[in-house]
Order: sequence, then structure tokens, then C-alpha cells
Amino acid sequence: MTYSFELPLLLLLLLTAGAAIVAKDLLSAVLLLGSYSFFLALVWAWLGAVDVAFVEAVVGAGLATVFFLLTLFNAGRGGIRFRRASPPLAAVVVLPVLAGLLLYAANDLPQLGDPQAPASVHVSPEYLTRAYAETQTTNIVTAVLMDYRALDTLIETVVVFTSGIACWLLLRRDSE
Amino acid sequence: MIQPPYDSLICRRTVRLLVPMVQIFAVYVLFFGQYGPGGGFVAGVMFAASVVVDLLVFGDQGETRHAAERLLASDGVGLLLFAGIGGLCLIGGGAYLDYSGLVIPGLDEAERRHVAILLTQAGVGIDIAVASVSIVFSLWRAGETGDEHA
Repeated sequence: MTYSFELPLLLLLLLTAGAAIVAKDLLSAVLLLGSYSFFLALVWAWLGAVDVAFVEAVVGAGLATVFFLLTLFNAGRGGIRFRRASPPLAAVVVLPVLAGLLLYAANDLPQLGDPQAPASVHVSPEYLTRAYAETQTTNIVTAVLMDYRALDTLIETVVVFTSGIACWLLLRRDSE
Repeated sequence: MIQPPYDSLICRRTVRLLVPMVQIFAVYVLFFGQYGPGGGFVAGVMFAASVVVDLLVFGDQGETRHAAERLLASDGVGLLLFAGIGGLCLIGGGAYLDYSGLVIPGLDEAERRHVAILLTQAGVGIDIAVASVSIVFSLWRAGETGDEHA
């Protein structure tokens, strides 16, 4: 297994994420976050999670960036630039240690694409073998989302609906 | 603060060309979601994005804005479609959202599930699109009235 795609993508991810954190201008931070989402979408697509990649590209790189930008424009010129306080010493020491621990723990995770991984032997085979015969839907992800797990998706839709209503109630003060 | 209409010929021409194509692609993604990547969620967001781009470039002058603002009154139609299909399954004798209970004459069980998945995806798409555009409009209005805070 070569790392010709993973390594550049991972480096770009780290670079854009770090740049978004240290950027002095919130506008550039938002645009950097958008490009971070785009690279993340490429990673998902490379790992075979095409549906997740699609959502990440459309929502993370597209819609969320627009929301951030509109919010920033509302904040005016004074709200876009700011002075960032230097991070506390505890964070500088503890966070790298935590990152090292997590990387160490990641060694125990199953290999990518391992057919004996716990996630691949539980219910996935059931879905893969039965979904087409039962729903005539070749995209198993869609079959699971909209049929086998339809109630979850319904509640997620309710959450989105509620967020739209909440924004309307909180932000529109001119309606009365 | 944004001050549309954006006074650039290139921008306006590009958006005028781009918006219908994005909308057609969104509909394609909605119907193709059962055969490949995509589905109601992505289709809804893409459709919302096309409306938002139009809004950002043309502002109050665009025809899309008025149509979109009228459509916002239909907030909840998508959710009603999704939940309503669940209810129809109950009427047909199945469990809630068990699409085999959906009574459509002339279709066997797998085909019924196929149709139900498409309809519920359309419901999700409408809900997401309306909610996203509604949030954008809310942020927009907050900017227009909230200038005293800036």
C-alpha cells in the first residue's frame, strides 16, 4: 500500500487547519476552513466513503462557508480582525501529549478495508446481501438511511427544520 | 455589509449561466441517489446553494429572491411529506415508516419501498433546501436591521 495520495492530502489538511487557527483575519480563517473541508472531502472519497465526501464538499465547503461569511459581514469591519491571545502553557504541553496518545491508540484500530473488522462483520453483511432484493436500491447507503433507519433520518430532518425555525425566531426582529 | 447587486458583468453572466445548471444537477442528484452517491440531503443543499448564489449576486433585484421568499412560507412541507409517508404506511397496515405497508396498486413490495425511498428523499431535500435558504434570509435580515450594533 503506497501513501502517494494520503500523505499530500494529510499534509494539506494539517496545513489548512493550522492556517485557519493562526490566521489574524477571520475572513481568511473562514475561507481556509472551506478549503479544509474540501480536502477532507477528497480524503473521504479516497477512503471510499463517496456519500460522506459529497455531503462534506457541499455542506462543509459550500453552505457552511456562506453562513460564516454572512455572519462576518453582519459583524462589520471591527468584528473581522482581532488580536489573538497566546495559548496557555498547559494547552501547549497537554495537547501534543494527548495527540501522541491518540496516535498510539490508533495503532490498535483494524486495517482499512479489513473484512474481519468488527464494523464489517456485525450488520453490514446483512444490509449488503438483502438491501437490493428488498428495496431495489443499488446504493446501499441510501437504502440504509431512508428505509432501514428511516426513523433516524426523520428525526434528523426535524432537527434541520427546528434550526431553520430557531434562526428565524432569533434573527428576524424586523417582522413585527 | 454586503451591497448587492454586485456590479460586475462577469459575475452576473456566470451566475446567470451557473444557477440553472446547478439546479438541474440537484434534481439529478435527488433521483440518482438510489443508484450512486447523493440523495435528498445533498440535493436540497445544492438547490439552496443555487438560490443563495443568486441572492448574493443579484440581491433584491433578482426574481429568485421574491420567489424564494414566498417559498419560505412552505417551511415544513418536506417534513410533512416524510412523516406523512410514514403515516400512510400505518394506514396500509404496516409499522410507522415500514414502506411495505404503503398501498400502491400494481407494485410489489420491493418496488413500493423503491418509490417510498424516492418520495421520502424528496421530502428531506425540500426540508433541507427551505431551511438553508431560510437561515440565509435570517442572517441577511439581521444584517439589515442590526446595523446599530456594528
